[in-house]
Amino acid sequence: MREKKKKMSVKMMMKREWPFYVMLLPSLILMAVFAYLPMAGIVMAFQDFVPSGGIRGFFTSRWVGLDHFKYIFGLADFRTVLGNTLIIAVAKIIAGILVPLVLALLLNEIRNVVFKKLTQTLVYIPYFLSWVILGGILIDVLSPTGGILNRALGAFGMEPVYFLGNPDTIRPVLVISDVWKGCGYNMVIFLAALTGIDQSQYEAAKVDGAGYIQQMLHITLPGILPQVVLVTVLGLGNILNAGFDQVFNLYSPIVYEKADIIDTFVYRLGMVNLQYSISTAVGLFKSVISFVLITTSFGLAKKFANYRIF
Amino acid sequence: MKLKTSLSRKIFLAADYIILALAVCLSLFPLIHILALSFSSAAAAAAGRVSIFPVDVTLDAYKYILGKAEFFRAFGISLLRVALGTAISLSLTILSAYAMSQPDRNFHARKYFVWVFLITMVFSGGMIPLFVVIKAVGIYNSIWALVLPGAVSAFNVVLMLNFFRGLPYALTESALIDGANHFQIMARIVVPISKPSLATVGLFTIVMHWNSWFDGMIYMSDTSKYPLQTYLRNVINSVDVAKMDLTMASAMNTLSQRTVTAAQIFIAIIPILLVYPALQKYFITGMTLGSVKE
Repeated sequence: MREKKKKMSVKMMMKREWPFYVMLLPSLILMAVFAYLPMAGIVMAFQDFVPSGGIRGFFTSRWVGLDHFKYIFGLADFRTVLGNTLIIAVAKIIAGILVPLVLALLLNEIRNVVFKKLTQTLVYIPYFLSWVILGGILIDVLSPTGGILNRALGAFGMEPVYFLGNPDTIRPVLVISDVWKGCGYNMVIFLAALTGIDQSQYEAAKVDGAGYIQQMLHITLPGILPQVVLVTVLGLGNILNAGFDQVFNLYSPIVYEKADIIDTFVYRLGMVNLQYSISTAVGLFKSVISFVLITTSFGLAKKFANYRIF
Repeated sequence: MKLKTSLSRKIFLAADYIILALAVCLSLFPLIHILALSFSSAAAAAAGRVSIFPVDVTLDAYKYILGKAEFFRAFGISLLRVALGTAISLSLTILSAYAMSQPDRNFHARKYFVWVFLITMVFSGGMIPLFVVIKAVGIYNSIWALVLPGAVSAFNVVLMLNFFRGLPYALTESALIDGANHFQIMARIVVPISKPSLATVGLFTIVMHWNSWFDGMIYMSDTSKYPLQTYLRNVINSVDVAKMDLTMASAMNTLSQRTVTAAQIFIAIIPILLVYPALQKYFITGMTLGSVKE
């Protein structure tokens, strides 16, 4: 296009613009090696990759076309894992919006600045802790032998519940503990949106004789709706990410049927069973779907909430 | 004008305070319980007598950890990766963001490079291809495997880029006329006035590095090279009371380990608590930093 006109001045352009290339060079090299080379490595999903051969395997391995994908889709485990991922992710999105939303609305009513600030500060501490830490804490707290929750239940005469080792309780544990970790973050987002609502609307409503409930229904909720929609839509883009770090630190073979998700499945296939190609094929399947979902959700976010990341 | 507070409003506010206070207690309770456990005697912990206050207060668990060289080695590795990782990441972020924040007329290939970064945000090779690459480039089982693969965060670059673009370009222009080159402008003008944003990105990188555990687990073959979080995962899983069956757990009498594990968990939280006031200060900035103000 315009390239032709500029070709004459390429030398001059480089003379002026070389510092930018120098600045970008280190990042470009690192991205080439650690982002783009692995992307090229996805070819192993269509090969019979032999782990022992290292990176040369990309060139020497036998091509098998879509065989791995056919194998995966026939796998009963894969369907279980896909179902688990969707159920856990959706439950987390819903709970992860409702709880912080209610807390933010409650907190917004409070005029005591110190109490408000303190609540925010304390509720989002778990957000900054890793799932190793939180998992370690939960394992102790939920332990059937001497864990404090079971001791409390015991005081009411209940039998100890093996929360992390029971397929019936593992999903609630995952969802609730995810709310525990992430609640503060969304609460702060919602609270920021609530403070952004034009206060004169409330004054006008009061003059017109609107009660607190009417103010809530007609000013507060509509005011915060765009944020809620945004968080939901962005969450939908992540629907195949049910939370590797969390699940990996809390699950065990006894609860695989209910708690094993795509990412943990990919990990075990690849790093434990050394089925590099099959693991990569599952990962690729997830990436493709996720890509479609993320682009769609960002499109929706832009449309409904005028949100842009760049 | 001030309306008189009605009775129902008063009841609502009282309930409001109570619910929120309960929420705070609920979210902090597990942390406080672990802290209390770490200062309790092994016997009290095993007998299940500890809730939010330590029982038979003792420093036994901490004394035991003092004698554990592995713990301190892992702690040191974590500090090292935080220092190296944050320094490298931040430098790369500043350099890339500065270059790509230039107007198109100054840097003609700018938008192609922006795409090179953006693509890495959406696509990735996945766990196994990256693992193969890390082995192939010879950083497997070294600290570089924890630092280099994630060093360029396209997300952070985009954040900083948007921030730099929001600065008045006249600053750069007048410096150029005065004969400064771009490296000088970046180091002496742009970086100093961007300190709050850089602090935000820096803090989040610190927390990210401190909290990472999975890379340590798969890229380190020697357990002696594990960063703290990976080491801790091993400790927790080897005592894994909750994942054992009931009889096995009581038979093994692993419960005395509980206070020691609790103490190690608590020590690993301390660095986060130390940067927490700063994190909190920049938290909102971090969330709004990326938004484009056009």
